[in-house]
Amino acid sequence: MKRVSRGDWLLSAATGAAVVLVLGSLVAILGAIVVRGAPVLSPKFVFGSPGADPADGGLLPVILGTVACTLLMTVACVPLGVTTAVWLSEYAPRTSTLAGIVRSAIRNLAAVPSIVFGLFGLGFFVLFVGGKIDSVFYAQATGPVFARPAILWSSLTLALLTLPVVVVTTEEALRTIPRDVREAAFALGATRLQVVWRVILPHAKSGIWTGVILAVSRGAGEVAPILFTGVVGWQSRAPTDARDGFMHLGNHVYLLATQAPDVERAQPALYGTVVLLLLLTFSLNIAAVILRHRSRAGARA
Amino acid sequence: MTALARPVRGKPRPSLLGSTATPRWERIVERLIAAVAFVSVAAVLSILAFVAREAAPLFWEGREHLPDLILPRQWAGYDAPAHVWQPVGFPPKHDVVPLLIGTLKITGLAMLVAGPIALLSAVYIAELAPRRVREVVKPAIELFAGIPSVVLGFFSLVFIAHFLERLFGLTYRLNALVAALGLALTIIPVVFTVSEDALRAVPKSLREASAALGARRWQTTLLVVVPAALPGIAAAFVLGFGRAIGETMIVLMASGIAPVVDASPVSSARTVTATIAAELGETARGGEHWRVLFALGVLLFLITWALDRMGASAVARLRRRLHGPEAES
Repeated sequence: MKRVSRGDWLLSAATGAAVVLVLGSLVAILGAIVVRGAPVLSPKFVFGSPGADPADGGLLPVILGTVACTLLMTVACVPLGVTTAVWLSEYAPRTSTLAGIVRSAIRNLAAVPSIVFGLFGLGFFVLFVGGKIDSVFYAQATGPVFARPAILWSSLTLALLTLPVVVVTTEEALRTIPRDVREAAFALGATRLQVVWRVILPHAKSGIWTGVILAVSRGAGEVAPILFTGVVGWQSRAPTDARDGFMHLGNHVYLLATQAPDVERAQPALYGTVVLLLLLTFSLNIAAVILRHRSRAGARA
Repeated sequence: MTALARPVRGKPRPSLLGSTATPRWERIVERLIAAVAFVSVAAVLSILAFVAREAAPLFWEGREHLPDLILPRQWAGYDAPAHVWQPVGFPPKHDVVPLLIGTLKITGLAMLVAGPIALLSAVYIAELAPRRVREVVKPAIELFAGIPSVVLGFFSLVFIAHFLERLFGLTYRLNALVAALGLALTIIPVVFTVSEDALRAVPKSLREASAALGARRWQTTLLVVVPAALPGIAAAFVLGFGRAIGETMIVLMASGIAPVVDASPVSSARTVTATIAAELGETARGGEHWRVLFALGVLLFLITWALDRMGASAVARLRRRLHGPEAES
């Protein structure tokens, strides 16, 4: 047997220690939060109606606001993202300039800082689009109707932010479909659109779902883009109209952590809210990882 | 007319000449698909346009204030000309230099912490780990990216701040170092993923050649594989840096958010992103403060865009170098 050299040992020790450190901090973060937060999650805390003080819990409207915002976002970004991916993978020639432009736009979009999305949402959706709608349809209204922060504008801003996630994941899934499948369908006389709709998309279903889950997980956790486009600090009800402001778990964490009048008293509620937010985002991420792993294993088999 | 306009349903028309004759409505749908694909292009352009639109009047309204944005000025009550960010002071002072310094300080510290850890982890996973370990650990590290930044901000604010306070007995509980450690947690998955990809892209033949020459494993790794992957590793750092500069919630919650100009890592600091997030809500539309905040947004957009392009082109160059020109994408 070969003797392990000192250099080899040092390299393994240093790199192994780094991995242990990274995984250790992941466990420490989740552990520290879940241990303190999980006991707070009583049915009353989670599904109760809120009282006057956010520190007392009653997160129902916050959860409903988060879910509504995320759902609206998904409805807006998934069709867009899947269609873009279909065009990139099934229609555009691989080396075409146009496809290159779209790809680099997707890449750019993914690199834009979330706070810039917030500025954009305010400047474009709230002030420009909302302003235009108001001036055309609500010229007689006393105050702004669409030209103010609302759940609709937050969702659309988040939809653009998560668009690259859906496009990239879906395109990856489409690319793993073997050529033979397409050729078999064409040979049977199917048109290109029929191939896409009846063969390609069903085949890529789990990949598309992975993209949707990742997008939801990403979108539900972002706070910076919604700060100026629709989120409100504390109100007692859930949004009932696309033009309403809404409460959001992420923003709630931010407010409880930094602006609570009595920090000590707000602690339990804060931990509970963080655990809920993690349940929504982190567990979805794990689901996506497993789903992706399975679909890759399936593609290999 | 009627025959053409009717959508064709059900069975496709058979054709012996190449592809099937595509019904007209399908062609229309295909045009729509192509049009939708360009929404992303429109989105990127309009992000730049509409953020710049709110900032642009800075250059013609009140032009005399422009130099104050970056040059030190002798303010009443100060001993010497100074860079001051005090948008609600009287007179309002909008010198962005303290914010840029704060951003560089926090992201620089975060890179110092995250870079080596992420790179070492990538070397372990790409070069040394058994396949079983890799298949579990790699997704686990990437899961870091799935923790919302507001949660990491909260963790920094409560746990990291407390820990450092006990450890060093600091003057300011929330400071640049606390924010940097929190920020490091978001950079690690980026640097890790990209550099691990770069290391794995190094062809096996290089490792085999090195081993055949009698090199130890550590010699092969450090003297052959890592140098070959260096452009990709550099790209990983650039991309991580870009991510860190744009991060908002962590620095907003944990940096102490005072626009201080000094070199100490444990004094309070304030980044560009945190400034926008903290102040825009209370700013009157169209005022100078509002315009400066949007201008900072344009600056962020351009910086992150440039860093991302640099990173992407370095990765592409590396791939060509290692696998020849046909190995695109």
